[in-house]
This record gives sequence, C-alpha cells and structure tokens, in this order.
Amino acid sequence: MTIEIRNVSKSFGTAVALQSVDLDVPEGSLTALLGPSGGGKSTLLRVIAGLETPDEGRVVIAGQDVTALAPQDRGIGFCFQHYAPFRHMSVYDNVAFGLKVRRRPKPEVQARVRELLELVRLEDFADRFPAQLSGGQRQRMALARALAVEPKVLLLDEPFGALDAQVRKELRAWLRRLHDEVHITTVLVTHDQEEAMDVADTLAVINHGRLEQVGSPSDLYDRPANDFVLTFVGPATTIGGRYVRPHDIGLTRVDAGVVSAGRHRATVARVANLGFEVRVELTLEDGAATWAQLDRGTARGLGLAEGDEVYLAPLGDAPPAAVATR
Amino acid sequence: MTALPVPSKRPLVTKWLLRLFTIGWLAAIVAVPLGSIVYRTFENGFAAAMRSLATGGSGEFLHALLLTVLVAAIAVPLNTVFGVASAILLARHRFPGARLLDAFIDLPVAVSPVVIGLGLVLVYGRTGWIGSWLAARGIEVIFSVPGIVIASAFVSIPYVARAVLPVLNEIGTEQEQAAATLGARPFATLWRITLPSIRWALAYGVTLTTARVLGEFGAVSIVSGNITNKTETLTLFVGDQFANFNQGGAFAGALILALMSLAVLGLLSLARRKEETAP
Repeated sequence: MTIEIRNVSKSFGTAVALQSVDLDVPEGSLTALLGPSGGGKSTLLRVIAGLETPDEGRVVIAGQDVTALAPQDRGIGFCFQHYAPFRHMSVYDNVAFGLKVRRRPKPEVQARVRELLELVRLEDFADRFPAQLSGGQRQRMALARALAVEPKVLLLDEPFGALDAQVRKELRAWLRRLHDEVHITTVLVTHDQEEAMDVADTLAVINHGRLEQVGSPSDLYDRPANDFVLTFVGPATTIGGRYVRPHDIGLTRVDAGVVSAGRHRATVARVANLGFEVRVELTLEDGAATWAQLDRGTARGLGLAEGDEVYLAPLGDAPPAAVATR
Repeated sequence: MTALPVPSKRPLVTKWLLRLFTIGWLAAIVAVPLGSIVYRTFENGFAAAMRSLATGGSGEFLHALLLTVLVAAIAVPLNTVFGVASAILLARHRFPGARLLDAFIDLPVAVSPVVIGLGLVLVYGRTGWIGSWLAARGIEVIFSVPGIVIASAFVSIPYVARAVLPVLNEIGTEQEQAAATLGARPFATLWRITLPSIRWALAYGVTLTTARVLGEFGAVSIVSGNITNKTETLTLFVGDQFANFNQGGAFAGALILALMSLAVLGLLSLARRKEETAP
C-alpha cells in the first residue's frame, strides 16, 4: 500500500521538527528516512503512525486520509527503537497481542503466531520472556508482533540502532530477504547511510525538518541535490573549496613529470592501509587537509610514503554536480 | 618495603554497633511491647482470653471485628482505584494543577488524623455543607458507618499512588504506544499492559493502605461517635476496653488487630517473593 505525505509540518514548542514535508512511498517499496539525529526523521515516522499529530498537512495510507485517525485505526505495524517488548508477557503472548485484542478465534491466533515465529526464526523461544532474549531476538520478536496484525505498512524506528555491528549486518540482510518475501510497504528510520543504502530501495534524506532529496541509493550518491546530501551520503572531502568524493581523486607523483589541468600540489601526511582500501591523507599547498581513497593496487603502483609530493586532480567521470531536488 | 595497609578494626566495631542499635531499637519499641501483649493475653490461658473478649457482652468484639473488615473492604478498593487513577494522571498527562494534586495527595499523612476527623465532622455533620444536604435525604454520615469509611479512606489516600507513580514513570510510555499501534483501545491497554506492569507496586500500595485502614484510630474515633455495637471498630474496641479497666479484653483485641496486620504483611512478602522469581 502507498503512503502519501502532504505538506506535513510539526513543531514541539519552539523547536521545528518538520517543515512542509511532501513524500510518496510507493507500494511494496522499502524506503529509508535518512538523516542526522534530531533532523526530524523519527518524528515523520511517528506522524505516519499517528503517535504524533502534525500541526499541518495530511497523511494518506492506501488512498485513505488517516490524519485524524488514532494509531489503532491506521492499519500500521510499528517497531520501536528499543523494541518496547511487553515485559510481563512471553514471546508467544507478545506476538499474539494484536490478534487477541481483535478477539480473533484461538485456533487462528495459534496458527498465525506459530507461522510468524517460524518466519522470524523464534519458534523455539515461544515460552521465553523478553528479558531472556538477546537484542537481535527481541528485534525479531518485535517485527513478528508488528506483522501479526497484517498491517498495510510496516514502520521501523532505527531498527538496528541498539545492536552490535555483526548482528546488525545479519539482521539487515535478513530484513531485506523478509521484505522480498512479504512485500509489505516498509519505511525505516536510520542515521546510518551505509545501512540505508544496503537495505532500502528508496532513500529520503531529511535534515533540519526538511526533505533534502528522494531517490535511489545511486541517485543520491552520484547526483546529490546539494552539498548536505553529498557530504551525508557517502564519503566527501574538499579540494580548493569544492566537494569531491575521495575515490574520485586521481594522484600522480610530482617526479613523474605528468602535467594536467586543474591539478593541486600536495604532500602526503599519512598512508593508512585498511585492507582493500588505502586511505591517503594529504596536505595541500595552502595548508588545507584532504584525503584520497585508493585501491590497494593503485596505491602499490604509486608507492607513496609520508612526505612525498603529489599532484591531485578530481577525476572527470563523476563530478558531483548539483541536480535539482524532486 | 612498605607494608600493605592492614584492614582497620574500626569497620568491624561500626558494624556491630550498627547491628546492636537497630536490633535494640526495634526490640525496645516493637518486639517487646508486641510480645508482652501476646504474653498478657494468654497469661491465664486461652479460655480466659476468650472470656475477657466477651466482657462487654458477647457480641461487642465480634461486631467491632466485622465492622473493621467491612470498612476495609469498602475503603481499600476505593483508594486503590483513586490511587491508580491519580498516579496515571500525574505520570501520563500534563495539566494545570498537576503539582498541586501531587502535593495534595500527601496531605492526609502529613496532617494529624484528629484534625482530619474534625474537618469531616464540619463538612459531613448534620449542620455541615454536605452533611445537611445528605441528612435531608435521610443519609447520616457522621456517627455512622459511611463516616468511618470516609475517614479511613482519607487517612490512607497516598499509599497506592505513591507506590505506583515511580514505577509508571520508570516503565515509560513505549509499551502503551506499542499496544496502541497493535490496535488496543485505551481500556485494553490499561488492563493488559499498564496494570500488569505495575502489579507488584500496586500490591505493595494496597497492603500499606489495608494496614493503615485496619489500624486507624484518631480520625475514626471522632467521626464514629464510638457507639458500641454500632460504630465501634476494632481499634476503638481496644481503646474502650482499656479505658474501662478490662485489660484482658484490650490485650486480646489488640492481639487480633496485630495478627490481622501481620497477615497483610505476610501476603505482601509472599507477593514480593513472587516478584523476584517472576521474569
């Protein structure tokens, strides 16, 4: 089901959380609301859920204006950042909650809960209590609980924020597979651009309560609408006052005698070997610092060491020129 | 080579002094007097104790006991509902006067019960604002059971709210919001999420309320008029027997009262043990 957000604004006292946000979430997509902390993305998610009331604007889910509806009546599934497990209930009862308050017949509840626990691979944990689960298991329980009521849209607030790096990557891949299986329109909030690009098919960048750009991961990476998107989505550095991706910087040794236009002279300050990637920290002639990202082969070919003099120039094929926001 | 610091002997002395003081103090003002009551009650045997309870006519003690139970059975549920409602109001809603309400809840334990009793007589007595209106409709509050219930409820108001409020603040609103997104109406959320989350704090508050209601003397003695076989609660019975030199009856009554309180406390510790084993 689609979600349409029309001209939504929201303030908390004098703090502006959302300013005239318009966003379309297409049916069956996995959209990430991406932005720095306090930028308004969680507020937008809560407005969609009905947990916050917008000062202005409308929220339309599956063609129905739900702006005035309570969360109970919106047909949503919501996962909280800290999962909000019902601590006094077993995993089974947590997942069954939405069905029980809807007074579904017991056999149907049992069958549905069993099916969901299998889906999230918690079938052996039905009798456990949330306190006895790991973070990742709690997260999957919260997902099963939200999916149990067959919501039209699934809303996830920082779904992996409270997990350690390894579990986070596993769950990310698992969520992507789950989405491909269940095909439910999903919106997730994250401040981690790598996570957003990995898991989502559409990214909406939100900063200072404004929607900066909406697009596919490659749209945002290759054609950022403005400097904020450029610097927030993917690595960025500056040369001569221009933003550039560090992997779009070409290095040549000064003593190689190559002359190119638009080149800058710089000194190697440090070379960090990060496996496949080599990070070269540079000091430009005017004293400004920048860095270039090379692959291992290129770095080996140049044989750079601290103190070496190099020319650097932005590579021509992918200049991050500004394009208009949708 | 420098010597390692030798553990000082002083902490040990402090520890023993601390133990001696707390145990001695508890013994002097709680255990010994209560033990003496048990001793004096059964000094002349069990049968004599039973007889002394019946001194003021066989029905008096029983009536006082039943009245006390009746008053607790009405006042405790009323204060439980009020306590939970006011705690939810204070923890979950912002409204003008919230701080005032917060302060007012504690007032009944801060003010002497005698003052409360006199205040109730002023308001609910035959000439009081509400009392005269009620009297015109044939309802008597002061010198009657309703007055005792009101006085008992008044003095025990804060216990449930004060026990529940910190727990409500600690658990926060996320579980309640999650319940809402799953389709639970406010009443279902209260019944299935909020109340189960605060159940042990609630049990604690109800226990304290019950103990307070059973033991209330000052406010009740003023509003009840202390009419034998009509408005005499167990505490008043004990006071009455003592004043009339029936010490045996006073001690036996006091023992029953103490046993009721002990039973309530026993239930509480049972609830606490369950809480520790519960997930």
